[in-house]
Amino acid sequence: MTARIGVVTFPGSLDDRDTQRAIRLAGAEPVALWHKDKDLKQVDAVVLPGGFSYGDYLRAGAISRFSPVMETVVEQAKAGLPVLGICNGFQVLTEAHLLPGAMLGNDHLHFICRDQKLRVENATTSWTSDYEAGQEIHIPLKNMDGRYVADEYTLDQLEAEGRVAFRYLDFNPNGSLRDIAGITNEAGNVVGLMPHPEHAVEPLVGTGRTDGLPFFTSILKKLVGA
Amino acid sequence: MSRTPLDTVEHATATPDVELPWAELGLKKDEYERIVEILGRRPTGAELAMYSVMWSEHCSYKSSKVHLRQFGEKAPESDALLVGIGENAGVVDVGHGYAVTFKVESHNHPSYVEPYQGAATGVGGIVRDIIAMGARPVAVVDPLRFGAADHPDTKRVLPGVVAGIGGYGNCLGLPNIGGEVVFDSCYQGNPLVNAGAIGVMRHEDIHLAKASGAGNKVILYGARTGGDGIGGASILASETFDDAKPSKRPAVQVGDPFQEKLLIECTLEAFQEKLVVGIQDLGAAGLSCATSELASNGSGGMRVTLDDVPLRDSTLSPEEILMSESQERMCAVVEPEKVDRFLEICEKWDVIATVIGEVTDGDRLEIYWHGGKIVDVDPRTVAHDGPVYERPYARPSWQDELQADDANKLPRPETSEELKDQVLKLVASPNQASKSWITSQYDHFVQGNTVLAQPEDSGMIRVDEESGLGVAIATDGNGRYAKLDPYTGAQLALAEAYRNVATTGAKPLAVSDCLNFGSPEDPAVMWQFAEAVRGLADACRQLGTPVTGGNVSLYNQTGETAIHPTPVVAVLGVIDDVARRTPVAFQEEGQLLYLLGDTREEFGGSAWSQVIHDHLGGLPPQVDLERERLLAEILISASRDGMIDSAHDLSDGGLIQAVVESALLGGKGARLVVPDGLDAFTFLLSESAGRAVVAVPRSEEVRFNDMCGARGLPATRIGVVDGDSVEVQGEFQLSLEELRKAHEETIPALLA
Repeated sequence: MTARIGVVTFPGSLDDRDTQRAIRLAGAEPVALWHKDKDLKQVDAVVLPGGFSYGDYLRAGAISRFSPVMETVVEQAKAGLPVLGICNGFQVLTEAHLLPGAMLGNDHLHFICRDQKLRVENATTSWTSDYEAGQEIHIPLKNMDGRYVADEYTLDQLEAEGRVAFRYLDFNPNGSLRDIAGITNEAGNVVGLMPHPEHAVEPLVGTGRTDGLPFFTSILKKLVGA
Repeated sequence: MSRTPLDTVEHATATPDVELPWAELGLKKDEYERIVEILGRRPTGAELAMYSVMWSEHCSYKSSKVHLRQFGEKAPESDALLVGIGENAGVVDVGHGYAVTFKVESHNHPSYVEPYQGAATGVGGIVRDIIAMGARPVAVVDPLRFGAADHPDTKRVLPGVVAGIGGYGNCLGLPNIGGEVVFDSCYQGNPLVNAGAIGVMRHEDIHLAKASGAGNKVILYGARTGGDGIGGASILASETFDDAKPSKRPAVQVGDPFQEKLLIECTLEAFQEKLVVGIQDLGAAGLSCATSELASNGSGGMRVTLDDVPLRDSTLSPEEILMSESQERMCAVVEPEKVDRFLEICEKWDVIATVIGEVTDGDRLEIYWHGGKIVDVDPRTVAHDGPVYERPYARPSWQDELQADDANKLPRPETSEELKDQVLKLVASPNQASKSWITSQYDHFVQGNTVLAQPEDSGMIRVDEESGLGVAIATDGNGRYAKLDPYTGAQLALAEAYRNVATTGAKPLAVSDCLNFGSPEDPAVMWQFAEAVRGLADACRQLGTPVTGGNVSLYNQTGETAIHPTPVVAVLGVIDDVARRTPVAFQEEGQLLYLLGDTREEFGGSAWSQVIHDHLGGLPPQVDLERERLLAEILISASRDGMIDSAHDLSDGGLIQAVVESALLGGKGARLVVPDGLDAFTFLLSESAGRAVVAVPRSEEVRFNDMCGARGLPATRIGVVDGDSVEVQGEFQLSLEELRKAHEETIPALLA
């Protein structure tokens, strides 16, 4: 018995199949979910993958957040369903108000693709428990709109509650406030980040590192109690 | 083209004396007369529109055809070739039931007029060619050439082109794994924006552009048709830029990558359910091309009702609808009983799909508008029987003088200090400097199968997770070499791409090319073109790598000044297990550096002659294709058997450039010793072809030497991976820090 982890495909999702592969490599069962379908097929957790859903038109994540599948995701996330938003998925989570803040265009106005150094700030969430707090990892980053912003009050609150999950180290690639790369909700079941852990799960491809695999083993352990 | 009264076939027959604007549409007088002769009457406005775009240089290859035939005539025997020249893209067997399709095309003229959209739609077009073969696109590459790096207009064109390629390709979810960026003032008014793509499919999924089976439906799907890109192929890509003419910006199409992503997914789903008999993408010449090509390649005719084409602008005339180059459109031929399912899949992906016609049992292409027949032609005469020109060509009068101006006689550095300064200057020069400011704007990781991406010698993609089967692609071209000798220059481009594929451990299989030249109406340019094609065809035969398709871009000139002749060659290779790939970066200190091949005093067209002396003259490096083949075999064997841990091809900038790149990428330095029989200058900076530098673990040295000795490949031990500097013993030492600064700061300083 293993965990079933759903991966939503929106029109314009790009890393959905890669995320399914990462879930499989971690030992869980990936389940494809479709944006027009409210049914989550009784999965144990959901990943909103990276990409340019709806072409990022209007604003990244702004249209996807209204898709039928998101109604169920929002409802169940509030009831404790683990949800991970990667890149565009993170943007959808903020648009859906499952996570606070918003993402603006990178401060240098270019798309950026690089192997990014991060520090794991919170290793207690559903998606980060296989890391050590303070651990330094490298995860590929690739986006156009990755500048995390929120008002000072929200930022202070995130810091105070330990809800900054990941911070950019050495180089802030997009102008994110307080070097924030990823955050979690209060309960720790919903996590969003701009870098792409699903691209750091095999030594042979991508950057050749496997620093992203613990995302998927963390959730697997939580779900099957291993 | 007035819309009232409707210019039907009947009307055209009844009004033989009506003057049509053939010259404005880019046709020559004799070409127009030929159309009249073919039809036995004057063409209708719609027919004229179709002929004018399909008979343009860009679509008909009328100036290049007589030369391009050599690629077929001289094609080597190849078991790997599944689909050759003539289809949307060539298809190559890579084993395990997989086939790979790949192609390189140009989008030069639009990218100069409107850099972002020109480059973006270049990516879009090549990707649709790949989908039309039945394949899932898996990677793109972009060989780019711009004017001088410090010219103000380069700062307009380059960032727009790079953002356009990224904006489109990133949004499609295609990793960008290779290509080149070259600066030379000869490209100032004519940047070269070439775009390549690779797709993967199973053998049984190969699809062709043909309409067969009377009664089958013709479905147009994707974006609505608008007024953009009208005349893109005939006017923009087939004429020389001239200040006197009005702005051509309206002839550039505007891309929507999101629509294209949906088009990819919905097309692949339709393929998977075997719903498609024939398929064609709409690129240059839009519906004119798709309908005439599908009909002429099939067994019957075709009837199309143009009123059914979904429009963005309801005021478009039928001529404009036929000529529109609106992006993100495809045309499929589907059996009647499968039409419903096809439309369902399109609806699932929110893609507009419309039945616009059907295959008939006749042999005519008939197009109707408002009930009147506005086109009635033999589709072959539109698609395949365009004019063929035997353009006059002649070796230019200045060629001898250029070749006599020998670069080997240029003053060389006289002291170690001077040599060091020149090396540092070279490493920092725009052409030799790191291009990461550009490539970091492209997604390398998406799809999760990228094994190698630029700045590696070739891009490599895993095809099969089980076996580790992978493909590699490299694109190369050197306009400076080709200017000195187009025959040799084209062969050097092939040799370098072939070598780059082998350096990463993959076996070269097939070739696609993008031939960028000036105006074919200039006999000197035509001679360059003829020589380059002859050279490339001869070399492909000798190396056993057939040309599977490609593209010719002519009229790359402003006024009287043509670009350097620039054949860009893409080589596709296969590797049995990507775990055996060889990277550029030095991996471990203590490993031994070997130089493979022969180094001669060859500086004609070299980076050194350009950067230090601003000189172009003499002869390019010699080509020895048998040596290239042997070198490739050694590199592939050594990679497979674990005898080398890193390898880098030697090309522009010579050995020192290669060593510096390997050192910077690996974060490990090198100590080099000048071998007996060579002076330090020639050792470091000569651009002799057929060479690579490899790092051999000490435990493998004997085995590696034995292999090279037995096969007769010169292998010279030149040093060791060591420390945090690049040191040439007895000459100079440069710290990695100093080198990194020189190598990495140039491009951002000029363009960021």
